[in-house]
Amino acid sequence: MSALLSPELLANIGKSAPPKKELVTRRDIRKYSVATEQRLEKYLEGREAPPMFHIALFWDVVEQNQLTPDGLSIDSLLPEFPLKRAMAGGWKIEYHRPIYAEDQLVSKRTLTDIYEKQGSKGPLIFYEITTEIETESGQPVLTEKITRILR
Amino acid sequence: MSTRLATIKIGDDLPAREFHCNNVQQFFYNAALWNAHRIHFDFPYATEVEGYAGLVVAGPLMGDWLTQCVTEWLKEDGSLLSFEYSNRKAAYTGEVLRAGGKVVSVDPETGEVGLELQVWNEADEVVAPGGAIVRFPVA
Repeated sequence: MSALLSPELLANIGKSAPPKKELVTRRDIRKYSVATEQRLEKYLEGREAPPMFHIALFWDVVEQNQLTPDGLSIDSLLPEFPLKRAMAGGWKIEYHRPIYAEDQLVSKRTLTDIYEKQGSKGPLIFYEITTEIETESGQPVLTEKITRILR
Repeated sequence: MSTRLATIKIGDDLPAREFHCNNVQQFFYNAALWNAHRIHFDFPYATEVEGYAGLVVAGPLMGDWLTQCVTEWLKEDGSLLSFEYSNRKAAYTGEVLRAGGKVVSVDPETGEVGLELQVWNEADEVVAPGGAIVRFPVA
């Protein structure tokens, strides 16, 4: 029996955010490639996107007054957790096809797990968000699972 | 087996690369994301409010560096099937960080090659461990 996670909180597992659709532009790929110091021409010229480009493409664009004091935006997919302090998490990405300039992509995020573990300094809450990115016509592009830890 | 796959052995090193993350790169990266998290650009906030030793290098930027070790080693000879990493320790603007990796498995039947990846700081501590699976064509 979990001490921190109520049945109401766990009922959020399976919740999805409304899908987001974005157009990939050569300019956005080029900016990302320069920012990350890519050296391959296909990335610097913006023909193909580097493997982590989707993070920039789908980062939430919110108005300045919607940011929290630390400069982050509130993720509406997440319930209110009894632990607040976020620790580093892990990422796992499966690639089905590269992203190219002019792609119209759709991202669907789902809260796929919430669980508790006992850490050396107290309880920890883990949650997992799964993001499926596909082309407008439904061709799979990548599947990403992010696990975050709260203490 | 493709010519390239035949040359790959367990224990082979991927070319390591040094990254000198400065304010300009942090600015470009977080602007490309549209990320306003203050720990990356607001020094008094990062150090006084959050207690960090300096401006924190964005976690996924180090993940990106790991993928670059893979894509530059892979060239156009194969494809990236999966990648994973985690942020274990904070890294700071001004530090020299090194990304690299090595081959940990080779499957001549499927053409799949497993890679272990890491970002180290100047004290040789692993700040971001990771791994990837790539696939080369099998003739």
